[in-house]
Amino acid sequence: MGHPFPFSYEILLPGLPIFWHTFYLFGSRSEFTIFAPDNGRSRLELLQVLITGLGQGCLYGLIALGFVLIYKATEIVNFAQGDLLMMGAFFGVTFIGIMKLPFGLGLLTTLLAMAVFGYLLDKLIIRSMIGESQFSVIILTISIGFILRSVAGGIWGNDLLALETPYSGEMANIYGLMISQEYLVVIAGTIVLSLALFLFFRHSSLGIAMQAASQNQLAAYYMGIPVKRVFSLIWAISALVSGVAGTLMAPISLVSPEMGFIGIKAFAAAVIGGFGSLPGALIGGLIIGCSEQLAGSYLPPGFQKVTAYLIMFLVLTLRPQGLFTQIQQKKV
Amino acid sequence: MRFIFKTSYLQDIRLLKHNGYVFWYGLLLIAILLAPLLLDEFYIGEMAFIFIYAIAGLGLMIPVGFTGLPSLGHAAFMAIGAYTNAYLLSSGYSFLLSVALAGIISSLVGGLIAVPLKRMTGIYFAIATLAFAIIVEEIIVHWESVTGGLGGLAVDYPVILGFEMGETWQFYFICLIVLLLVLLGTLNLIRSPSGRAFIAIRDSEISAESMGINLSYYKIKSFAISGLFTGLAGALFAHRLAYLAPDAFNFLLSIQLLMMVVVGGLGTVHGAILGAIFVGLLPQAIAIAKDYLPPFIGEFPGLEPGLFGVILVLFIVFEPMGLYGRWIKFKLFLEMFPLYRKATFKRQKSYLKTERVQ
Repeated sequence: MGHPFPFSYEILLPGLPIFWHTFYLFGSRSEFTIFAPDNGRSRLELLQVLITGLGQGCLYGLIALGFVLIYKATEIVNFAQGDLLMMGAFFGVTFIGIMKLPFGLGLLTTLLAMAVFGYLLDKLIIRSMIGESQFSVIILTISIGFILRSVAGGIWGNDLLALETPYSGEMANIYGLMISQEYLVVIAGTIVLSLALFLFFRHSSLGIAMQAASQNQLAAYYMGIPVKRVFSLIWAISALVSGVAGTLMAPISLVSPEMGFIGIKAFAAAVIGGFGSLPGALIGGLIIGCSEQLAGSYLPPGFQKVTAYLIMFLVLTLRPQGLFTQIQQKKV
Repeated sequence: MRFIFKTSYLQDIRLLKHNGYVFWYGLLLIAILLAPLLLDEFYIGEMAFIFIYAIAGLGLMIPVGFTGLPSLGHAAFMAIGAYTNAYLLSSGYSFLLSVALAGIISSLVGGLIAVPLKRMTGIYFAIATLAFAIIVEEIIVHWESVTGGLGGLAVDYPVILGFEMGETWQFYFICLIVLLLVLLGTLNLIRSPSGRAFIAIRDSEISAESMGINLSYYKIKSFAISGLFTGLAGALFAHRLAYLAPDAFNFLLSIQLLMMVVVGGLGTVHGAILGAIFVGLLPQAIAIAKDYLPPFIGEFPGLEPGLFGVILVLFIVFEPMGLYGRWIKFKLFLEMFPLYRKATFKRQKSYLKTERVQ
């Protein structure tokens, strides 16, 4: 592969520790050049980039799923979703990394803690905002995000923490394709979670009650659905989903109070998916994850950070209601 | 309680409704004009800062408070104003021209960005403005020939007609003049047909449209005017910072601006000013309070953004009409005493999707 190429990948991915170590594990650096003209090799690398993108996209999709869950049910846009993910990651680090629980048990504890956290957040603060204007709710959730970030910084410190898992650092070799296992776990976790959510909303009575409450709060109330509790439960589920995303993300990136800013990109994913549709959110996440990785590999530096927003702008300009929209026009 | 008997239309649209207004606002103006003689230089600097915030707050109030367009990206306009001003100053333009151009360019960007934004409502609008701010920040980082990139850009002293305006009190008066112009502009705007159209759009897009208001035209206009004011604030902000770096104009600044209009009181001119005073004084108040708090709280990392959040939550939950709303309630309480009823200001809630105003 002795192809002289002016850029090393480090120049193309400045300041992104998240992705570096995936690439480092390939072995010697000279083996990995991005624009290698050798066809078979470059196709493999394209696949590599795409799979990393899928893994990253699944994370975006999971966070977007959290947004959409809450939005569908309560018409509240939770700008603190990224910070819920951050809390999830910190819980994961606490239970698995610091308290040394076995991974499965630690994950379960994390999810439980997140669910309780989400439930209480709704019950204590958000519930009083039902029926208020969307704008007030946006500001409320943004400020909750600020509070969470500050509290997390106070409890766990502002340093970067790492989470060791049984599967981290391992590479899976699939037909010559080297993929970091962390990403495989992310993809698998996303599939399992989406299936579980699908079954829950389709078949359980609580899930159906949630759908009813999301379609018309008053009508659901008349039908005997405890709308308030259902909303709190939806917050619990959404926080749980972000907990999963946080724990899956923790081994890939490092854990810090600032990691919640990923939520803004997930937002773009949810918008692309149309905000009303759960599969749309996942697809939006995948679109953003893949295109971001592609932009990072094939476009000048700086593009990777804004790809998500550029795509979102494009989608919103062409279809202001999103790609897979379910929101109808407002009646007079 | 005072009843004003209106005898002409001109009286109806007067800015100062009666002599009480003339007296109190005149007193306030005199106090502000005399402040540099009486106060320490540090406080003059802080007041100039509050003026800059107030200009930006008025700029944000126009889309958020009057037109009902929730912008989460107004730091971008401040950045555009600041960098335009700094760049033009460094390439030899005079101060007055470069500040004016900073406002105009920011206004053009506002108008342009409103073209795709005008079709979006509610959350989509908010998220798109947020994305706009992030893209602008990224452009600033990478357009190094103009902005200096991450290295930053130094800002020269303002020079007006050959006089160097390096002193704090001089800068204070520059900010004051711009603020007064912007204030008058805003007050006149909201009683003009355009302003009425903005308010109609805020209250209901559908009824505004049925009254013959061209939605996209007025939304673009609202954003262009907002861009002008916020850009002017940014240009002055550049002098206050003296050295520009991209991270001065991040998401936190957008939120600070938003906090200003929310805490002050959405949809009122007073609100922008009160909010600016509040946000401008808050860091000082926190710094002073730190000395008296137990070290566990005082040394808490990230105390300031956290406190910002707490204050915003408290206002949104308990006093959505902001500081000015509180003042109006208090005034009415005094005027109506003992007949004041709490239910006068009861908030309306809407539970059906169709009832909800976006």
